[in-house]
Amino acid sequence: MTKKYDAIVIGAGHNGLTNGAYLAKAGLDTLMVEKNEFIGGATVSRALYRDDWKYSNCSYVCSLLRPEVYRSLNLAKYGLQVVPYGGSVTIAQNGDYIGNYVDPDTSRREVARHSHRDADATVRYDRDIMRQCRFIRQFLLRTPPDPTSFKPRDLLEMMYMGKEALKLGEDLIYDTLRFYTMSITDFLDEYFENPLVKASHSGSGIIGSALGVMSPGTAYILLHHAMGDVDGSMGAWGFARGGMGAIADAMHACFTDHDGETVTGSGVDEIIVKNGRAVGVALENGNEYYADVVVSNMTLPRTFLECMNPNDLDPGFLKKVKNFKIRGSSGKLNIALDGVPNFTALRGNPELIRGDMHLIDSTERLERAYDDWKNGIWSQDPYIDMLIPSLTDTTMTPPGKHFMSVFVQYVPPKIKGKDWTDEQVQQFGQTVINQIEEYAPGFKELILHMEVRTPRELEDEVGLTEGNIFQGELTLDQLLFNRPIPGYAQYRAPVKGMYMCSSSTAPGGGVMAAPGANAAREILGDLNKTNTVPEGWLDD
Amino acid sequence: MRTVDFSREDHYKNAVFPSPFHSRQKQHNKLREWSRWSDYLSVPAYWCESMEYFAGRNACGVFDITPMVKHLVTGPDALPYLNRLMTRDVSKIKPGRVGYSVWCNEQGRVIDDGTIFHLTEGVYRICSQEHQIDWFMTNTLGFDVTIVEDTHDVAGLALQGPTSCAVLRDMGLDGIENLTPFGLTYFDFHGTELMVSRTGFTGDLGYELWTSPENAEMLWDRLFEAGEQRGIKAMGSDALELLRIEAGFILAGADFLPAAEAVRPTHTRSPFELGLGWLVSFDKGVFNGRQALLEEKQNGSRFHLVKLDIDGNKPANQSFVYTKNKKYAGTVTSAMWSPSAKASIALASLEAPLGKPGEEFEVEIYYQRELKWSRVMAPARVVKDVFWDPPRKRQTPPADF
Repeated sequence: MTKKYDAIVIGAGHNGLTNGAYLAKAGLDTLMVEKNEFIGGATVSRALYRDDWKYSNCSYVCSLLRPEVYRSLNLAKYGLQVVPYGGSVTIAQNGDYIGNYVDPDTSRREVARHSHRDADATVRYDRDIMRQCRFIRQFLLRTPPDPTSFKPRDLLEMMYMGKEALKLGEDLIYDTLRFYTMSITDFLDEYFENPLVKASHSGSGIIGSALGVMSPGTAYILLHHAMGDVDGSMGAWGFARGGMGAIADAMHACFTDHDGETVTGSGVDEIIVKNGRAVGVALENGNEYYADVVVSNMTLPRTFLECMNPNDLDPGFLKKVKNFKIRGSSGKLNIALDGVPNFTALRGNPELIRGDMHLIDSTERLERAYDDWKNGIWSQDPYIDMLIPSLTDTTMTPPGKHFMSVFVQYVPPKIKGKDWTDEQVQQFGQTVINQIEEYAPGFKELILHMEVRTPRELEDEVGLTEGNIFQGELTLDQLLFNRPIPGYAQYRAPVKGMYMCSSSTAPGGGVMAAPGANAAREILGDLNKTNTVPEGWLDD
Repeated sequence: MRTVDFSREDHYKNAVFPSPFHSRQKQHNKLREWSRWSDYLSVPAYWCESMEYFAGRNACGVFDITPMVKHLVTGPDALPYLNRLMTRDVSKIKPGRVGYSVWCNEQGRVIDDGTIFHLTEGVYRICSQEHQIDWFMTNTLGFDVTIVEDTHDVAGLALQGPTSCAVLRDMGLDGIENLTPFGLTYFDFHGTELMVSRTGFTGDLGYELWTSPENAEMLWDRLFEAGEQRGIKAMGSDALELLRIEAGFILAGADFLPAAEAVRPTHTRSPFELGLGWLVSFDKGVFNGRQALLEEKQNGSRFHLVKLDIDGNKPANQSFVYTKNKKYAGTVTSAMWSPSAKASIALASLEAPLGKPGEEFEVEIYYQRELKWSRVMAPARVVKDVFWDPPRKRQTPPADF
């Protein structure tokens, strides 16, 4: 192995691909190394059942993907199409449900069916969420400042943040400070009276988190799910046509088009450090590759605790990496269905099954689901976020057949402190299926094939430590300039020539591509190369 | 009878619902176009916007106001409650009278505007553009008061224009000519109760008729029979929009942003900033926004909503307004060519202290002639009086035409 690259990116997930694409666009000779035979990481569509049947195996819906990245990497030209989906529903055990319709007046009337006041309160609730979204969105494509630094760029960025915060006005600053530290339950209680209305909003506060709806900090997690958009429609979610892998495929096509090279099928054994400088990677298959810059798109712990020699790092730094909260809390079922399940409560309503469906009545029930996680078992009455993308995207399955994505909260990384067994994985799958069967009799008979994923599978296959989908808890102690750890929020690793671009870094998880883009901007700046990363589109 | 029953879970099968006047609207709707107003189908224009406008100024026009959000406020504390909620002194609205009002949040920004009908002693109806039940209920703390939204339990028609009084008299409403502006009264109408108020959104002689949804079609039919010889026409929302701008009435969502929806809090307006200082009564005790409004009165407002009389013949929709020195002054919020005033008129929000009566500005108007766009900087001045203010609006009893 004599060829030396300008840059090596470890991990062909969407952030690694985004990072690599911007580096390649800037003319850097870039190599992407990926441990799996396929690219995409958690942004992947695989045909596990039949060739004409695709799953979005991990991430399953798209909203957060920065439109600036979409446009500047020309992802439309490389085949990506994101289609918004309409409707969502929360079904209660007593056979009642609350739907969210595409038509706003219909949605208002639907809430009014449960509470007139809550229908009206929804206007204020949406407004306040939008206010927080507008504030946070402008920072997504900016490198967080170091608040302890006196470097001009940090001071300027701190001033920018301060100025934007002041623009909010007195009341909104108070609201913001409270919002970042509140639980989603407390937050919803300030607006709504009806338990089902509250339950319908609460799931976004805990999806992907090892916190409960009553844990402080979960209000922000809701924001993290609401700050995306589809074509400017804030808070809207969509499907990537062909499954989430279409996003990675388009990014990879862009990367390849700019002469990026990719090596798949062998993971990184060690990041090679010489004289305090990262110089390359040694793969598990023995191959070594060298470059001026090494970018890790692996999680923070995987990068520093598993793929580096501890002697190359400061013990204090390693301690902080060990303390990084990255707790697995979710699992997933990917199911091939022989037809559309019939949810008794919906009485054939064709609109609400096109979006995300939930089986929950109250925030209390959701908190109890979390109690099981704390006890080291998967929720016996789990919270489910399920969708049937094939109702909207007909490219995923044969006509009349369907792919159902069932995201499950809460699923611990270990069962009572011990590794998952294959039998337990199957039992977990059965718990979820039984839950759905209760609401949709006959559901089990529709199942043709099923992939069950617990945090174990997520870590083993994708490399997400403990199976945490956000690659690190999204709480204030691990957000903004605290992400992933204080002092290292600007995408530089403590070793020279080495960078981080995974969702462990700011602004965090979700198929957003902002960490990958922000890291590329820093790298290109350090190398004195022309910046290829766009600025965020501001909205006054 | 309710016009629409939203308690059924299959309501989603329709996004919008027919008003109780729908069958009759359909007969008149030559253009076969429907728009939506909240939960209901509404008609933008039945046959010709201009003809419908002139029916409102020259004869009379009928407009369906059923979709307007309505609340019934009752209980021993109805009056103190309303005085807490509203900026104006509601005690001055006696039984049988109607008053225009706004209500604010604690920052003194307008949540919505609407009309307060003092139906009978201690019983009030509040009509508003936006849904308000959560805010109204939030304010009931400490008051013995009952509030229900009865939007779908009441059908309403506006009859507006110079012949409207004569039409109602001919329809059999004896003594209607004695109803003074902002008065309301009840009639026994073919065995049903009909409430009539001398109110409207056109700044002209006009009435609003309120009944139970099951009587709606009968009311419409009698009205059109009685009005046939007096030029009665069904009127759509496009014509009404012209009539209300001429009358200088503001519209939520056009001339101001309702505070409950404002993602950008600075984009909201106070009553003073909307020229509605006369609706703020500081001497009645505590009310929502009082402290903030007192401070604003001392420190000055940020904006002035003004009426602009613009030179030339081009309507100034969506225009910027500049000072004579070409400095940014504000934007137009509503504009039109006024067929009655024969002038290009506009409502505009200007940055304070700009906007005093008589002050001169320039309005940047983009206009199109056969697909070619041009721009003109039209001189304009702030006027104090509304653009259309006929004496018949106030006359009691009104003349027949």
